[in-house]
Amino acid sequence: MKNPLKVLTALAATATMALGLSACGGGSPQATTDTITYWASDQGNSLDDTAAKLKPSLDRFTEKTGIKVQLEVIGWTDLYNRILTAVTSGDGPDVLNIGNTWAVTLQETGAFEPVEGALLEAVGGKDRFLQTSWATGGAEGKTPTSVPLYGLAYNMYYNTKMFKEAGIEKAPVTWQEFVETAKKLTKDTNGDGKPDQWGFTAAGASVSANSHQAFIRGLQNGGTLFDADGKPTFDSEAQVAGVKQFIDLMATDKVMSPSDAEISQGSQKIDNLINGKAAMLFDQSPVKNFEARGFTDWGVASIPMMEAGATGDVSTQSHVAGINLSVFKNSKNKENAIKLAGFLTSDEEQVALNKAYRSLPVVNGASSDAAFQTEEVKAKRDALANHALPMPLIAKEGQMETLTGTAIKNLFAKAATGTVSESDIQAALKDANNQMAAAQ
Amino acid sequence: MSHSAIQNSPANAAETATMPAPEQSGKGPELPARKPRRSFLPYGLIMPAVILEVLIHIGPMILGVWIAFISLNQLNLTNWLNAPFVGLQNFVNGLNPESTIGQAFFSTVGRTMLYTVTVVGFSWILGMAGAVFLSSNFKGRAILRTFFLVPYALPAYVGTIAWAFMFNQRDGAVNQILVDTLHLFGDERPFWLLGGNSFGAMIMVNIWQLWPFAFLMLMAALQNVPNDVYEAAAIDGATLWQQFRTITLPMVQPANGVLLLVMSLWTFNQFNIPFVLFGAASPKEATLVSPLIYQNSFGSWNFGLGGAMSVLLLIALFIASIFYIRMVLPKGGDND
Repeated sequence: MKNPLKVLTALAATATMALGLSACGGGSPQATTDTITYWASDQGNSLDDTAAKLKPSLDRFTEKTGIKVQLEVIGWTDLYNRILTAVTSGDGPDVLNIGNTWAVTLQETGAFEPVEGALLEAVGGKDRFLQTSWATGGAEGKTPTSVPLYGLAYNMYYNTKMFKEAGIEKAPVTWQEFVETAKKLTKDTNGDGKPDQWGFTAAGASVSANSHQAFIRGLQNGGTLFDADGKPTFDSEAQVAGVKQFIDLMATDKVMSPSDAEISQGSQKIDNLINGKAAMLFDQSPVKNFEARGFTDWGVASIPMMEAGATGDVSTQSHVAGINLSVFKNSKNKENAIKLAGFLTSDEEQVALNKAYRSLPVVNGASSDAAFQTEEVKAKRDALANHALPMPLIAKEGQMETLTGTAIKNLFAKAATGTVSESDIQAALKDANNQMAAAQ
Repeated sequence: MSHSAIQNSPANAAETATMPAPEQSGKGPELPARKPRRSFLPYGLIMPAVILEVLIHIGPMILGVWIAFISLNQLNLTNWLNAPFVGLQNFVNGLNPESTIGQAFFSTVGRTMLYTVTVVGFSWILGMAGAVFLSSNFKGRAILRTFFLVPYALPAYVGTIAWAFMFNQRDGAVNQILVDTLHLFGDERPFWLLGGNSFGAMIMVNIWQLWPFAFLMLMAALQNVPNDVYEAAAIDGATLWQQFRTITLPMVQPANGVLLLVMSLWTFNQFNIPFVLFGAASPKEATLVSPLIYQNSFGSWNFGLGGAMSVLLLIALFIASIFYIRMVLPKGGDND
């Protein structure tokens, strides 16, 4: 080995090989035991706002246990794919938030720690929790792999100033009243012959929000997304009728601006309400946006039902919405990760966090706090306790949301640029149904 | 003498590399001893590159092909090495023209071809016009040249998101100019990112982003065309159009061949622009192949189907590229 070039070559080859091998190994083995990583979903007005509101809680956790938490807040558009990547590589955070409708899909991957033994003990057992929220933790009859963290539900929010101007004294209760009220609120204010103020606004291009409406409106009309055997029934008569009611708000009732077909972010529809461009909307938690903008002229009511005082499935106003918490099975700090899960679901932290994010505590011990006695929170709690069903607890939930939500997005696009007939709706849902059936 | 003959033939050159040349007998005795060591050095030298190439390029590609033959979904994602082998099932599902998925795939491939031809065609024409225009000397040439290159220099994401804002129906700049200022469309505000218009809008953005590249490449090629050829042609009475057709075009032909190939491959695989303009789900009228594969893989966690579509795309582009390279590009060695 006199030739320096040869030595260099051999070194380079060895180094490259070593590099390749270590890259295959993945993960850093020297993870210290006193720091854990936590992926939080975006619950505030922005990623920074979410982090700032979470920080006091995490500081208290570090103070109490000596465990440091490395926090990363991830936006909703990225969270699902980030989790997917973590699941595939087995290299993820120790603790993470998930949208509770993904719980069963993610449970099936086997990447999350089942809620039993030490984890179940740390969160204080099942009975502490709101039972409707607890039920979203995993598939029926299986050990859940996530615990509820924040509770959410759909309510109707309206601009009280616009209601007053139109002489409307009370919020509509039935769907028919809702459409009539919305028509009264839709008007041309600048005299160009075209409406510029609308009765209702929605994020017509938001796939997940659309899929929630397919679920809720379907149930209210006596339909379901899946039959008893688990076969998709997106295009059943009742489902088509339910989706038609929602699309008709733009297509035939003309109480929703065609521009809404381009809205993909929930915050844009909230802007419409604040700016007086639209009077009513359905949302899970717009209050933090109202407060950030200093907007006070808002009121809250339940999501309209087909008949006042309805009970059972046809009285569904919301899916059991919310955020769940999971511990990653591959965590090298499982013991500490479990401690964080227990801490964040404790009564005190539930009060602090849900107060900050304007969501609903998911443990019974926190609900009595004065912060959760407002009309808005009560309406949310009533919807969650009495008028909410979980989105289908199936492994292909994500696909169901994508297919139904995209079908509705395309129908709104069609309504905005032309007309939509009942057979268009039927055809779009049939298409989605076929794709769902093919994938099962 | 025989030495120069050998150099011209690659086959013979290889022979001499492995055989110790008998003519070099001047350095006699050491040569046979060198033989085994000599064969390691070239391999050792390219080894790092080969290993990295396999790890970064070939490995994932083979993995992608393999995924097309297995049923990979969320149930077995963590344990993907044990996902069940399903043979050609994914291809059957994706290609069955009777099924919703198959129909979507075929119409998407057709749409993507139309898209590619339109985008590359317009980009080439604009690039060529710009290059010819700037090849003559005039004041302000340098400024214009920089100006033309801006879309190419901007990060693709930034440029596209600006277009998305401009195309917004309610308060986008496009409708403000066309409807509010010029009062076109009878004061009806058209949607540019929904329905049929979305395809045209996407083409616009892509041409805007791609044509500076054609401009840059063609400008470089034009600089190799000697000026006296044009002068001679002008003296012979050739019009500008004749000069362009019989001098410029043939002279930039080699650069053109590569340019069109590269631009077509990029455009056919376009993903960024539709993803930023429309989000994860493109409008039906504007779905291209890459976003469709993304929707199938990530929207519905059906990686097998996404993999099968990718493999088909790979094969199609591979065959098209080989055909194109053999037909159009200059053959190495013949003309130089």
